[in-house]
Amino acid sequence: MENNGWNDFEIGAMLRSFEKPVSGVATILQEDRPYSPNNSFTASVADWRIEKPIFNKDYCIDCQFCWIYCPDISIISRDKKMVGVDYDHCKGCGICVEVCPTNPKSLLMFEERADEEAMLAAWPEKETKEK
Amino acid sequence: MAEKMELRDIEVWDGNMAASQAMRQVQIDVVAAYPITPSTPIVENYGSFLANGYVDGEFVMVESEHAAMSGCVGASAAGGRVATATSSQGFALMVEVLYQASGMRLPIVLNVVNRALAAPLNVNGDHSDMYLGRDSGWIQFDAYNPQEAYDLNFIAFKVAEDHDVRLPAMVHQDGFMTSHTAQGVHTLDDDTAYNFVGEFQPMNDMLDLDNPVTHGVQTEEDWHFEHKARQHNDLMTKVFPKIEAAFDAFEKLTGRRYNLVETYNVEDADAVVVCMGTSVETAVEVSKELRAEGKKVGVVGIRVFRPWPFEAIRDALKDVKAIGALDRSSPNGTVGALFNELAGTLINGDTKNVLSNYVYGLGGRDLTKAHLREIFGELLANAEAGALTTPTQQFVGLRGPKLSFL
Repeated sequence: MENNGWNDFEIGAMLRSFEKPVSGVATILQEDRPYSPNNSFTASVADWRIEKPIFNKDYCIDCQFCWIYCPDISIISRDKKMVGVDYDHCKGCGICVEVCPTNPKSLLMFEERADEEAMLAAWPEKETKEK
Repeated sequence: MAEKMELRDIEVWDGNMAASQAMRQVQIDVVAAYPITPSTPIVENYGSFLANGYVDGEFVMVESEHAAMSGCVGASAAGGRVATATSSQGFALMVEVLYQASGMRLPIVLNVVNRALAAPLNVNGDHSDMYLGRDSGWIQFDAYNPQEAYDLNFIAFKVAEDHDVRLPAMVHQDGFMTSHTAQGVHTLDDDTAYNFVGEFQPMNDMLDLDNPVTHGVQTEEDWHFEHKARQHNDLMTKVFPKIEAAFDAFEKLTGRRYNLVETYNVEDADAVVVCMGTSVETAVEVSKELRAEGKKVGVVGIRVFRPWPFEAIRDALKDVKAIGALDRSSPNGTVGALFNELAGTLINGDTKNVLSNYVYGLGGRDLTKAHLREIFGELLANAEAGALTTPTQQFVGLRGPKLSFL
């Protein structure tokens, strides 16, 4: 594509999401869709992020709040079970952490280079609330 | 199903009614419009046709002309036949979106009833708004009377929507002089008119759900240049053959002939004026009178302003000794646009023509036959002398001391 000349692309300021026609796309999982190289799904924007969310499944209740609120479709959930974070597209906005209702939270923000295993091992304790 | 309207063979219509009848007959899917003088009756008539069941489509009322053209862009990208109308300040407010429409290759038809641009505020006809659109990537047709405003709408839809073209098109007419002057207009019946343009054929439309597309994407230095070059290439090479084919088909259907460049008494002419809009008809009348007096004068009317019919104009003017470019817009700091275009067209030709520039008719000021006689007289003197006998740029019909430059 990089070497295409002015006469090599389709007219209009237009890009196709898929490499071939797809029907019923809403029922096809993202990883199974024939995304074209023009679609942002095939591009990583991980370097836009300075903080990342880490997911701790020990506390998750699969409420799907993070999946619903994520503005970049970067929470991966299958059959209503939380799987993890799509680090190729997550921008590190922290909304998933903000809406997580568990105690302690099942998602917390850490600096980008933080080691996941070490952070999971040092996960905060349950907060006791004063009555 | 839309009701059919019975039309007489010749209806008495002004330019606005002619344009709105053509819009009704091609059965537009979406009109998003914000009325402005003198084009108001186009959308007003159209709204009435729609309300009375003569159109199966949507009329979207919006809060500005910027929104009107934005609505048209959305509807066109979604895959419908789309048109609107505007003038002057409204056109100026649309300009940002005009570039979006052409860059996105959306075949919208815009009826522009030409009117001066403020300040001072003025509702009458000049070509300031038409000139403002000339770099916007649209095709620009110019009608000189209501009949042509009617006919050129069909041509505009047919050419713009062609899948080899896919560029938006404007149909210009002069504010009030054409838009509000009722004349006899030869009509097409509804079926004939619709069939000439044909059913709308979508291309890369957003409502094709199995082939999702993103319209209006961003490209930076990596791709922007290629897109703009492609658009320019298509304007330069693909549009003229389609316009000429449409003109041929239209002549076959109606007997009315249109050309990229309209020429009157130009063969063997010593002096020719080049102009647009209603002035062409006045100039033709004067040229006939002068011909009767033995003076070899003619008129060139620009029918297609964009893309600029470079070769047709060069061919039409190659043997003319003196040419006057008549610009109905204040050039604001240079020569008029027609002068510039003609100079660029003629400079590498085989013959040397003497070219001069007349600025006239701003804000609807009349261009009289006496003015044209005076202009032809000066051009004939240029032809005789083989050189300019006047300043390069002169103002015509202006009160106060004679104003000229260069």
